[in-house]
Amino acid sequence: MPSSVLTYRGAVRSDGERRSRTAWQALARQPLGFLTSAWPWRALLYLTSGLLVGAVTMCLFVVAVSVGLLTVVVVVGAALLLAAALMGLPFARLERWRLQLVDLDGLPNPHRPPAGQGPRAWLRTRLNEPATWRELALLVISLTALYWVDAAVLGLAFVVPALCVGAPIDDPAAWPWAVLGGLLFLAAPYSLTAWAGARAALCRIVLAPREAEVDPHLKEVSESRARLLDAFETERARIERDLHDGAQQRLVALSVTLGLIRLDLPETSPLHRQLAAAQEQVGLALADLRHLVRGLNPQVLTDNGLVAAIEDEASRFPVPVSLDLRLTGRLPQPVETAAYYALAETLANVAKHSQATQVELVGRHHADILSLAVRDNGVGGAEVSGGTGLTGLADRLAVLDGRMRVSSPPGGPTLVLMEIPCRFE
Amino acid sequence: MPLRVTLAEDSALLREGLVSILGRFGHDIVDAVADADSLTEAVQARRPDLIITDVRMPPGNANDGLRAAVRLRHRLPRLPVLVLSQYVDQSYAAQLLDSDDGAGVGYLLKDRVGAVAEFNSAVEQVAAGETVIDPEVVRQLMRRRSDPRRRLTARELEVLALMAQGRSNDMIGRQLHVTDAAVNKHIGNIFCKLDLPVATDGHRRVLAVLAYLRS
Repeated sequence: MPSSVLTYRGAVRSDGERRSRTAWQALARQPLGFLTSAWPWRALLYLTSGLLVGAVTMCLFVVAVSVGLLTVVVVVGAALLLAAALMGLPFARLERWRLQLVDLDGLPNPHRPPAGQGPRAWLRTRLNEPATWRELALLVISLTALYWVDAAVLGLAFVVPALCVGAPIDDPAAWPWAVLGGLLFLAAPYSLTAWAGARAALCRIVLAPREAEVDPHLKEVSESRARLLDAFETERARIERDLHDGAQQRLVALSVTLGLIRLDLPETSPLHRQLAAAQEQVGLALADLRHLVRGLNPQVLTDNGLVAAIEDEASRFPVPVSLDLRLTGRLPQPVETAAYYALAETLANVAKHSQATQVELVGRHHADILSLAVRDNGVGGAEVSGGTGLTGLADRLAVLDGRMRVSSPPGGPTLVLMEIPCRFE
Repeated sequence: MPLRVTLAEDSALLREGLVSILGRFGHDIVDAVADADSLTEAVQARRPDLIITDVRMPPGNANDGLRAAVRLRHRLPRLPVLVLSQYVDQSYAAQLLDSDDGAGVGYLLKDRVGAVAEFNSAVEQVAAGETVIDPEVVRQLMRRRSDPRRRLTARELEVLALMAQGRSNDMIGRQLHVTDAAVNKHIGNIFCKLDLPVATDGHRRVLAVLAYLRS
């Protein structure tokens, strides 16, 4: 493989996990090798079982709703409508199970355990959950659209080619139709898998547990990680404040004192020169401190925002950086901090390892995602595993549900992509 | 002529230092305060000739001092302001230069205070309505705008940087050890190569150069 693109959330994934996890990935990664894999068969099974499930569900749902509506004056009708509303539950369970055919990661059950014993408590819990209603929505979408598309795709993949291939039997002059039929049949694995992938992606969007429905323990883990990061940040800010209020001011005051003494001495006296040298030393110490403090807690970020802080960083960078930032206004503080450190660390890596002579930095805020790209013309071959700064960066981004991707083939160029979810205010 | 100065600096040590320097050169400190709100009050009560303020100060401990200075310049046009900071960045300079046309504005790293005589001349320049910008900020601006580097000679770049800091021809000549005529020739070349409107007046020239570097 000439270029390696690694995606990681928090931890760097091991190589074994780079196999395709969904039908779509399989299709995109190896368009030819895919034909001999199990994926086309999985897609076929997914769609045909879908037809079967669809037919049964359609009958049950239509009967329950129509009979329910007709008899709604009697109590039976209301009970039937309630049953129809809850039909999304077993249906979604089946869909989640079927989803694993084309999406190996599957989906967790979004439902909470019932609040108490007995059917009443169960009913109350289920009716109060948004997940129940999302599942009913999926059922309606499936019956009105998805199953019809399933049928159309399966028809295009098998029935149409079969008719075409059969055409020359009646009329030998129609042989080009047979060729077309053969080609369509060869294309069938692609059309089946493409639709199965799209359908699975849609089901995943509707059925995936929302943040509030995620296992509380998992949330606890990510929250405690966020707390740890917060604690680090607070500590950094404290050290920075101490240096600013203490050592830095003292050194400036010292320089002032030395300067005032110099005023009283004739410029030709040796002491005057020695004091000048001492002042220069103080100046160097101040420059060192300023550099340290800027790394701890860049004031310009807090005061003037991400764009100003990045421009500042770029203007001090040893390699020319071309900036193309289209970010308007201020972003939430945690996003700005994470994005700033991620960029600063990436640039530091470029300076240390890449031997680049030109760096390009692009920032955009589109569709609730802040995306930042750093490209350099260096030697490439950046290591992402093995405890480099990049892993720490991924951790920092993961706390905000962000992620980073690195492409760095030997010989370059290196591209680092970072994305952080961030709502437009 | 002694200046009436209002000083705002939250570090007592440095405040004392600044008071002694200014006193040493015969200026009159009308108020020496330690936070942005007191600065605003003091300036409004006593109308000084110049304010010198730190950027980072209470109550917010962010850029409160700078914001107070910019607000005061809106309220009292032509009020000369010299801003000092432990750390300089062009985005802060931009806020100052955009207030009231950038006349009578100074923005310096606190380190510069130790060079007492130079600091005092910066104070007097700002009070006279000129613009003084820290070399560090100018360096930043020149890196950001890479085209002058290609079009100007090394010496012309040096002159450009000194002009952007607000140095007069005289000061530039002394710093680079060249004659006034040579400085004039370099400046003429720079304005011609960068296609800038020729301005002889000190403060307007600084602003033209800074505007070019910031664009």
